Amino acid sequence: MIKAWFKSGEPWVWVNAAAVSTCLIMVIGVLGLLVVRGIGHFWPTSVAEFTYQQDDGTTQKIIGEKIDTSVMPLIMARESGFKMADSEDHLIQYQLKTGNRDVTAVDFRWIEERKIQHMEYPQELLVVERREWGNFYGRLVAVKSGGQVVASGEQALPMAQEKIANALEIFKQISHLEKKEIGSINYALERLRLKQRKLELKNALDATAKQAIVAEKAEYDVQYKQYQAQLAELYKKVRSDSLVLKTESDAEQTIPLAKIVRVYQPNTMNVFQKLGHYGVKFIEFLTDDPREANTEGGIFPAIFGTVMMVMLMAIIVTPFGVIAAVYLREYAKQGFVTRLIRIAVNNLAGVPSVVYGVFGLGFFVYILGGNIDQLFFPESAPAPVFGTPGMLWASITLALLTLPVVIVSTEEGLARIPKAIREGSLALGATKLETLWRTVLPMASPAMMTGLILAVARAAGEVAPLMLVGVVKLAPTLPLDGNFPFVHLDRKFMHLGFHIYDVGFQSPNVEAARPLVYATSLLLVLVIVGLNLAAILIRNNLREKYRALEG
Amino acid sequence: MSEINSIDKPASLVNSATSRHERWRLLKDQLARYGVVVGGLGVIVAIVLIFFYLLYVVFPLFLPAKVEMISHYALPEAALGKTMLLEVEEQNTLAVRYTDQGQAVFFDTKSGKTVLVQAIAIPKSAKISSFAKGSPANEGAVVYGLSDGRAIVAKHKFTVTFVDNKKTITPSIKYPLGEQPLVVNSNGTAIDNIAIKVGEDDTTIVAKSGDKIRVLNFAKEQSLFEEEAKWTHSEATLNMPASGVTHMLVDKEESNLFLLSNDGRLGFIDISDKTNPVIKQELNIVAAGTTVTSFEFLNGDLSLLIGDSNGLVSQWGMVKDATNRPALQKMREFKVSDKPILSINAEQRRKGFMAVDASGLVGIYHSTSEREMIKEQMAESAPAAVVMSPRASALMIQSDNGDIQFWHVDNEHPEVSIRSLWQQVWYESYAAPGYTWQSSSASSDFEPKYSLIPLVFGTLKAAFYAMLVAIPLSLMGAIYTAYFMAPKMRVIVKPTIELMGALPTVILGFLAGLWLAPFIEKNLAGMFSFLVIAPLGVMLFALLWQYVPKEHRQKIPEGWDAALLIPVIILSTWFAFAISVPLETMLFDQTLREWFKSEFGIGYDQRNAMVVGIAMGFAVIPTIFSIAEDAIFSVPKHLTVGSLALGATPWQTMTKVVLLTASPGIFSAVMIGFGRAIGETMIVLMATGNTPVMDISIFQGLRTLAANIAVEMPEAEVDSSHYRVLFLAALVLFLFTFIFNTLAEVIRQRLRERYSSL
Repeated sequence: MIKAWFKSGEPWVWVNAAAVSTCLIMVIGVLGLLVVRGIGHFWPTSVAEFTYQQDDGTTQKIIGEKIDTSVMPLIMARESGFKMADSEDHLIQYQLKTGNRDVTAVDFRWIEERKIQHMEYPQELLVVERREWGNFYGRLVAVKSGGQVVASGEQALPMAQEKIANALEIFKQISHLEKKEIGSINYALERLRLKQRKLELKNALDATAKQAIVAEKAEYDVQYKQYQAQLAELYKKVRSDSLVLKTESDAEQTIPLAKIVRVYQPNTMNVFQKLGHYGVKFIEFLTDDPREANTEGGIFPAIFGTVMMVMLMAIIVTPFGVIAAVYLREYAKQGFVTRLIRIAVNNLAGVPSVVYGVFGLGFFVYILGGNIDQLFFPESAPAPVFGTPGMLWASITLALLTLPVVIVSTEEGLARIPKAIREGSLALGATKLETLWRTVLPMASPAMMTGLILAVARAAGEVAPLMLVGVVKLAPTLPLDGNFPFVHLDRKFMHLGFHIYDVGFQSPNVEAARPLVYATSLLLVLVIVGLNLAAILIRNNLREKYRALEG
Repeated sequence: MSEINSIDKPASLVNSATSRHERWRLLKDQLARYGVVVGGLGVIVAIVLIFFYLLYVVFPLFLPAKVEMISHYALPEAALGKTMLLEVEEQNTLAVRYTDQGQAVFFDTKSGKTVLVQAIAIPKSAKISSFAKGSPANEGAVVYGLSDGRAIVAKHKFTVTFVDNKKTITPSIKYPLGEQPLVVNSNGTAIDNIAIKVGEDDTTIVAKSGDKIRVLNFAKEQSLFEEEAKWTHSEATLNMPASGVTHMLVDKEESNLFLLSNDGRLGFIDISDKTNPVIKQELNIVAAGTTVTSFEFLNGDLSLLIGDSNGLVSQWGMVKDATNRPALQKMREFKVSDKPILSINAEQRRKGFMAVDASGLVGIYHSTSEREMIKEQMAESAPAAVVMSPRASALMIQSDNGDIQFWHVDNEHPEVSIRSLWQQVWYESYAAPGYTWQSSSASSDFEPKYSLIPLVFGTLKAAFYAMLVAIPLSLMGAIYTAYFMAPKMRVIVKPTIELMGALPTVILGFLAGLWLAPFIEKNLAGMFSFLVIAPLGVMLFALLWQYVPKEHRQKIPEGWDAALLIPVIILSTWFAFAISVPLETMLFDQTLREWFKSEFGIGYDQRNAMVVGIAMGFAVIPTIFSIAEDAIFSVPKHLTVGSLALGATPWQTMTKVVLLTASPGIFSAVMIGFGRAIGETMIVLMATGNTPVMDISIFQGLRTLAANIAVEMPEAEVDSSHYRVLFLAALVLFLFTFIFNTLAEVIRQRLRERYSSL
């Protein structure tokens, strides 16, 4: 019976089906993992207080968010050095985010479930998000202003919220002053220095020119001093207030308002409040600059850098890809040479991306960039302008990398257009260019679009070549800002993919950064999956359209 | 088609305005034609440029070195005595000549003009009886041994100052141990041979007089209140006959002393305790009948270069022997000529050296890469002195008739050779030759080791494990999807799996490194039990499915089995992981990880080849799946229908007809997948420890060519050997994938032709 069944080949079909199912499970599993972990990051978790028995028998209070649970079988627990009784068959551990890194030096710890004597969620526990040292967990004691207690007990929290709202307002002004105003003065001063150096190199730095430069400099200095004074004023305001909090061990800790982003009591929040909190955090994630070595705050510069780089790349790759495809399909004589070229183009799609990075670094950055610097920017030597990795070179390198995608896709589109259409146009007296421009290319535009979208999707996810030609972990300025000439293609930039690599693997506090990396990954995946789905939809529509034409 | 346009229309039919318009249209058409052709070819040229640019950067690695004479002139201040030692300063602008009359003559290297003559403070009462330079030479110390048993240590110094943006170099002579001669032999016998090492805080002098060898150490004692440092000194006499000793060297740690006699007896003495030297080893290093003619340290003082009368230079290094004691062993040798080697000059920054024979033939070699960079006849007869500049970019040679020649040396990449890249190399202080990649280190006299073998090995290993995961899943998946699956399901499944390929690899790498690696570490047994239980579960389900009543079975339309199997696989996976712990406890009474370690000695790395295999397999599956599925799907229908009509089961048709026909397409799918696995960067970068070890074990990490480039390229100095070797790695990757992809592409095109003919 079974023998006959095997002979029919039926089981092998099932095994093959299982392979497909496994692939599907893997894809959905990976996406699911990203969604679950990435979405959860912004949800305010309840903070628990544990009464925990220590090794020496004494008990200790621990406050923290329970973020992970590990169940270790007996043998593994024994191997890891835990003392296990024979009656136990596994060891349950919880990972807590305990925060307070400035007090305890670690902000994560594992505790054993069997040693927890008591666990509760006290209402009054407060989470303080800080600009440095990570979160603080504890109880609010009092609010101080200028060293004097202004509120304590019940009134402390509303007072604190109010003061923090004020402080955040001031902070907005501070960051505007520091980044926008003082930043542009610094930029102008640098330009002035370059101007002077340029005149010096030309031997044209005479007395009048010198005077003009000195005068301009003095003007900037006056402005700078004004802003400095304003800044000092604002800082004084924001530094005068502080919160007094108690840690789990009842030690008092004073946190100046200048260091606080927000405070909240997760244990008192209802679902809607939590949703609101989630929204605020999510918007912060999308629009804010990173804090604390990229492990907290937002990823706005990375999103911005990715989008701008990809757009530049699209601007570069589209004309070249289309021209090459038009040449191959419409102008070149079909034969051995075009076949060879097609093989080469197809092949280039398979060349490892890091090789493009190496080429970009050697050829674009050092050779092209180095020569551009010598010719056009002698005044800024020895500091390189284009002779160092930057936005421009990154987008050109990626344009080269995605060129085959656009060529192949456009060619496919051109090949699908029935010959009759071209011949009809020519027969009506149109030149070849007119035929191409008025009929063939518009009809092939969805194919070009598909190619472009696929190219953009590939470029957005590519990291290895970018590591060589322009991505940095933290760029102080965006490549697009309010300072003339507004677009700074020589600047280095941040990138979502590299951000994932850097924060996930190079960060000093990987544990704290992990949720953020999941959230970033989810964002990147959504963008790329979205782009790909768009490409697939366009491709399908396109097929329908030509089926109608052919029929 | 273009001919149609070029036919001139009768002029009478159109007025002049339209004819201008017509001409303009034709002109535009022509311009566009040229534009497109130039643009199209330009793009293709740009693509070819990648290959040639990589080649262009790599090429200088394998070029031979060049030498060129810049100037020659008569010996400056010939009256001040014969040259004992020549030294060139770092910028190659000044040189110094120590004479046998105790004079130091500084002169310009280009013109030979004397800049400064300074007499060494040698007491009138004594004569010079011996001379030596300190090792390493870049400290510029020399010692004169005197006939009254004293010695004086001098040091030349080149001070660089900038006056009005112009660099000036001022030479001077310093006395690091004071201007007063040091008493070496209190009994006043002449010093016949001397060796010195001047260190930061202490100086060791080894002097031979008569048949005694004395070791002296002068240690600096800096007291807080006194300006002048005090020198405390210790001494010892070697307990061995010294009459034959002709060459003596002290290493830079001042803990090893090497004595060599003309007939090739080499003594290795431990002098770390300066008051109690211990003879460690004595051995004969040349064949009978030959004599040793020169003796020098290689940079770093870890190995000795010995030149003999047969024109052979051999390198001897300290290697740990079977009892783990350091012992001298011959590592390699270089044949310079048949004439005796007159002198050996070691480079000061690299492991290269220059050897000069008695006929004036100069050879420049690199020790570990075993390359002969230059061999040039620079003098007619035995030269009186030769020196290589500290940066090894120039050399100076004084012929026996007193002329000085100054040569420029262009020797950029001696450390790289085909041999050092692809074969086993015996590096200093390694026990045996081996493949090593180690491109940088914190210490300054470190020798970079550029063997590409560990990286290629890592690349292939990662690709192998990835293919182990990807091939079965993707090919079986492709077979099912293309042939058995219901069309409605196929429309969903194919794009979903292709979407897998669009996932950025940085995300796969991140998940592999931070989620999968700890997961596998914890559930290793579960992974293995999954491999057994999941297929069994599927089989069991398929078997039981037959006994399900027909009316239930028919509710599931044909070709939806895969959807049916999803819960089965999830359940059996859960079951596999759930029973793995009790199974582990029962079978091994410890975790599988520990069991592998205790039974087979296989260590476990958290980020290992298994993690890479799964993650990269995931990335490669869609590539292989998509191409293979296309190949199988496009097998002409009449073939399969014919086979089925002849009574073959669907599975028989599959294996005997479809697979055979589509096999070239499947092969090319695997090739392209393999090419992708080889070049993948981010996954291996994040999912392995990136250690360049050569270990086939699935539980060990690796480092691939691509990851290595990503890690090291940003730090490599432009145009350095390291930079070029990384370009070579990129070129190797490029060629690897290019060959695989071209092969695949050609096969695919053939297949397409075959299908169209069927």
